[in-house]
Amino acid sequence: MSDIADRVKKIVVEHLGVEEEKVTENASFIDDLGADSLDTVELVMAFEEEFGIEIPDDAAETIQTFGDAVKFITEAA
Amino acid sequence: MFDLTGKTALITGASGGIGAEIARVLHGAGATVGLSGTRIEPLETLAAELGARAFVLPCNLSDAAAVEELPKQAIAAMGSVDILVNNAGITRDGLMMRMSDEDWEQVIDVNLTSTFRLSRGVLRGMMKTRWGRIVNISSIVGTGGNPGQANYAAAKAGIVGMSKSLAAEVATRGVTVNCIAPGFIATAMTDKLNDEQRERLLVKIPAGRMGEVRDIAAAVLYLASDEGGYVTGSTLHVNGGMTMV
Repeated sequence: MSDIADRVKKIVVEHLGVEEEKVTENASFIDDLGADSLDTVELVMAFEEEFGIEIPDDAAETIQTFGDAVKFITEAA
Repeated sequence: MFDLTGKTALITGASGGIGAEIARVLHGAGATVGLSGTRIEPLETLAAELGARAFVLPCNLSDAAAVEELPKQAIAAMGSVDILVNNAGITRDGLMMRMSDEDWEQVIDVNLTSTFRLSRGVLRGMMKTRWGRIVNISSIVGTGGNPGQANYAAAKAGIVGMSKSLAAEVATRGVTVNCIAPGFIATAMTDKLNDEQRERLLVKIPAGRMGEVRDIAAAVLYLASDEGGYVTGSTLHVNGGMTMV
């Protein structure tokens, strides 16, 4: 697994308090990992800080799963 | 009770009578305070009076860019903003039939839009620490209206609706958002009233007197405290019974 994916996973695990095994490629933050809408905003903010990038609101809306997040950040970073 | 030791508070309009007293009371409870306002001299005087744990953070709230910067400056000075008190306000009174777009916009900008921008600016830190207090100073006229103050009343009522919405959004994160609606408070502004105006006003106040700035500051202290943590989305009316809602 790439370094970016590891760092994203760490943030998700810490923030949502879920087990690492549950954070899979297609795991949806809201449907599978128990995030509410505010959690998704906080996750995006945490990604922005961790990777020093800006994630615009319209892009943030497309980040639904762990895989989406890794893909977006890999392309942006 | 009401110990704010280790907390940081940003207060807008701290150069005015009510804002200065809010700053004194929060500082007296142990908070580090950021004093914001447009007039630097009274801010410097207040900071000197308070001594340690006081920072002067001038800001013109009608300047959108400056408003965006203020939370960052406050965090740079104090390390965080745990408590935000949106107290600053301006009036541009006039009958609505004759009210200019400019007088409408200025009052909405400074009183309502800056409250929105500053609240948005401090939320990230509060959400992270799972503790935050936003106290917005509304007004009795936001509830009851007042001839000649359509713009001001709209802004002050807008603050209440905004606060309730935000309160619902962030309640799970230990962040509370409340309003205080002062009635007539004795300040430099009300000193200008003549005796007749004063008499007419007092008959409308069951308590038979105008409020003091400390009445407002005490309400802020409660809402900013740990003890007030279960109160959110509320408007605390501090008006001597003038409007009971």
